[in-house]
Amino acid sequence: MGAGALLRVEHLRVEFPTRRARLVAVDDVSFEIGEGEVLGVVGESGAGKSVTGAAIIGLIDPPGRIAAGRIVFAGERIDDLPAERLRRIRGKRIGTIFQDPLTSLNPLYSIGRQLVETIATHGAMSPRQARARAIELLAEVGIPAPAERFDHYPHQFSGGMRQRVVIALALCGNPQLIIADEPTTALDVSIQAQIIAVLKKLCRDHGTAVMLITHDIGVIAETADRVAVMYAGRIAEIGPLRDVVKQPRHPYTVGLMGSIPSLSGATERLAQIDGTMPRLNEIPQGCAFHPRCARAFARCRAERPELIADGPSQAACWLYAPAAAGRHG
Amino acid sequence: MAEAGARPREAGRLAAALARLWDSDLAWSFRRSRVAMAAAAVMLAIVAGAVFAPWLAPHDPFDLASVSLLDARNPPAWIVGGSWDYPLGSDNLGRDVFSTILYGSRISLWVGFASIVLAMVLGVGLGLVSGYVGGATDAVIMRIAEIQLSFPAILIALLVDGVMRGIVPRGLQDSLAEDVLILSIGLSFWVQYARTVRGSTMVERGKEYVQAARVIGRHPLAIMLRHVLPNVMGPVLVIATINLALAIITEATLSFLGVGVPPTQPSLGTLIRIGNDFLFSGEWWITIFPGLALVLLVLSVNLLGDWLRDALNPRLR
Amino acid sequence: MAEPPAHADLADGTETPLLRVRGLARYFDASPPLLNRLLAGGGRRTLKAVDGVSFDIPRGRTLGLVGESGSGKSTVARLVVGLYPPTAGTIAFAGRDLASVRSAAEIAALRRRLQIIFQDPYASLNPRWRVRDIIAEPLRVHALLSGRAAIRARVAELLLQVGLAAADGDKFPHEFSGGQRQRISIARALASAPDFLVCDEPTSALDVSVQAQILNLMKALQRRLGLTYLFISHNLAVIRHMADSVGVMYLGRLAEFAEARVLFERPCHPYTRMLLATIPDLTLSGRPRAPVTGEVPSPIDPPAGCSFHPRCPHADSRCRRERPEPLAVAGGGLVACHAVAEGRLSP
Repeated sequence: MGAGALLRVEHLRVEFPTRRARLVAVDDVSFEIGEGEVLGVVGESGAGKSVTGAAIIGLIDPPGRIAAGRIVFAGERIDDLPAERLRRIRGKRIGTIFQDPLTSLNPLYSIGRQLVETIATHGAMSPRQARARAIELLAEVGIPAPAERFDHYPHQFSGGMRQRVVIALALCGNPQLIIADEPTTALDVSIQAQIIAVLKKLCRDHGTAVMLITHDIGVIAETADRVAVMYAGRIAEIGPLRDVVKQPRHPYTVGLMGSIPSLSGATERLAQIDGTMPRLNEIPQGCAFHPRCARAFARCRAERPELIADGPSQAACWLYAPAAAGRHG
Repeated sequence: MAEAGARPREAGRLAAALARLWDSDLAWSFRRSRVAMAAAAVMLAIVAGAVFAPWLAPHDPFDLASVSLLDARNPPAWIVGGSWDYPLGSDNLGRDVFSTILYGSRISLWVGFASIVLAMVLGVGLGLVSGYVGGATDAVIMRIAEIQLSFPAILIALLVDGVMRGIVPRGLQDSLAEDVLILSIGLSFWVQYARTVRGSTMVERGKEYVQAARVIGRHPLAIMLRHVLPNVMGPVLVIATINLALAIITEATLSFLGVGVPPTQPSLGTLIRIGNDFLFSGEWWITIFPGLALVLLVLSVNLLGDWLRDALNPRLR
Repeated sequence: MAEPPAHADLADGTETPLLRVRGLARYFDASPPLLNRLLAGGGRRTLKAVDGVSFDIPRGRTLGLVGESGSGKSTVARLVVGLYPPTAGTIAFAGRDLASVRSAAEIAALRRRLQIIFQDPYASLNPRWRVRDIIAEPLRVHALLSGRAAIRARVAELLLQVGLAAADGDKFPHEFSGGQRQRISIARALASAPDFLVCDEPTSALDVSVQAQILNLMKALQRRLGLTYLFISHNLAVIRHMADSVGVMYLGRLAEFAEARVLFERPCHPYTRMLLATIPDLTLSGRPRAPVTGEVPSPIDPPAGCSFHPRCPHADSRCRRERPEPLAVAGGGLVACHAVAEGRLSP
């Protein structure tokens, strides 16, 4: 996929200078999202997935900054835009959904008013049209009796309902891309399934692309077309959903999939990856995963691997290097 | 266990601890803040002056025998009529202003510091109990606190002072004056500590490490002192630093009003009051220099408190 | 509250279960303050966090309690370790009714044998204490060991047992990751050599690969030390992995109780079926997921009769009126559902 991609991230590097060192939260990350596609970005805490999402929409707080790379959205470079222009793109063409619906909604205004305000910012409409559109959106996300609940305040909604309102808000401006950062983590299990279903349906109906950032592989399995697995600020593996989940290439992905308990039977022991993800100031040389990898060899310790294709997926692992470079099976 | 081996090991650990302190975020923030370093320097100078007053002061202003009325109201050394014997001039009784400032700072610093410690112990203690035990105890303590808050601190101090003067026999009043002051000021400042600590205690009480201690079977008092207290002290230190300045001013005010330390052992506040009478008759140095000293002391303490509050802030939550 | 039949034990039945809970209830007063009530005229409101729960846990086994928010499972955990007194019901540990324990010595002895591991690795360790003091606290409180050397040795032993290094005792909690902190919590819980551990969502705050490490560790410790677990989680897959028997809670009551294999293969209660249907399918088999309706109501104002009836596809008028009692079903489990009792629900 080249020119057709809606979002192209090229060699993104995000740094956070602290007084002791410069911490690299995202290190040379590249990927694409096509129109209407759902890309799941999965990783454990500290992997850099939320920072990647924040960088795309320009929400990195100083002293953090984008140190290198480009972010191209619909053919236009957005990482170096002035704040005002980025803000306009952010609301209208890129929508955002965050984890905690309590803090995403202003508790002092009714949800109807917040919706109308957002709609009005991004399109020239009369107040009546805006209100009608807002009620339409509320119905679309599955809020019962939307016309009545229009004037209710966020605290009068349950967690799942609030998240639906947040989704409605994100879709107000008819965005081409939605960045959802852990949208279901704060919700009950049965509600999670509902919210994911709503998100999926709406994005399919409106043709919106989604960058779904989460640590929950189950959510990814429900929704994503493609998956990127992040580790220590880098992409370890990226590919179609089926391939990454059922035939993972990268040893980290293999370990990750194996450590998820299954419903089928009580296995005595879950596959476990020893050790922990390195802290940002302790990332090893070469491949960031090599200290924990059972299949590491000399090259892994010395050289950082780039993404190497293996079938439809790509894995940042020297195991998949072409035979001429010396593969160890 | 080998005692001889333990000593160098202890020294080594102390050195390591000091090195850690120097390298810590707090020390680094201090080294970066010019204001904090300047304020610390000024405060250190004043404290040193107060501590070493007997050696630094050219005269002993409290020794009535050495004070001579003949030397009264001398101007400062650089003005015609002054001498370097009395570098900043002398007051109406012939006491050297410079020496009196040094000795007076002692009283101001001691009373300020001790009253803050009293307020802290009282306030932190009541706040801990109030926040941890809750219920009726909490309600009672907080109502008392709120009632007290509706009065200005000065008034409370005056009230306690007045009551103590009624209780303490006349003969002992002068020698106990400082202690009475410490009690009055301490009692007027405890509320802020109590409320802050109560809030933090209520937060910590809900945390799992406190519940774990309960499940282990620790006595509530032990939990309050050993588990909760270390975690709620952060804001207390900031409040204490800022209150130190307030306490010093309160002492000065009370002394200015004539209900603080006796005039034979003047603090900075007393000096300012005495000098006030002579301000417009031309002997400005009697009030201005002590006033400047007070301002410098309070300002530096305040600035240090501000810096401390900001430096501790990101780590507080 | 009828006594559930004996085969709720799900064990040989010969030995007294290590923990026996009957009719456990805990109500909280959720009324508005007195002034508000006088002015606005509202009445008292009670939050029935746990409303009549009974189960047994045989020695050496794991009972998994699963449920969503408001189900009361965390409250059950806190009731069992004595952080709250129960409003009603009995808790019997090793045959001894906890409510009748009065002497300080006996309470201390119980505290030694019954410990808890909490969910939040960041709040469950005192940030101002060194790790070795945190782990040694039970030893000191119960005077189990005397002398610094003996305590240090035991702390080192515990640290190694949970997969950390003896030198880690000198550090502070903030120097450790979430998974490592949970290991420290486990070490602290094991310090007094307990028989019984209540685990309140111990891995819910951890990443999936770290969770695998901790679950493996807990299983290994159970085998090696003969521990009995009350394991609480909202994650059904984790419960499947850890538990021998499972209780499904909904709004303070037990909806279903069965042996793990039976519950997951042949769930009876409609809520259990609904929960199982929400688990994502990582085998990507394309299994269609049943639609999930409604949300968990507020526990302050639960629906009358069967608390699940607003969301239940099989609810009828009896369900709206009458609260179902847990009844035995074929297969050895208990289900609190009129539809199941009346045979309306196909297995």
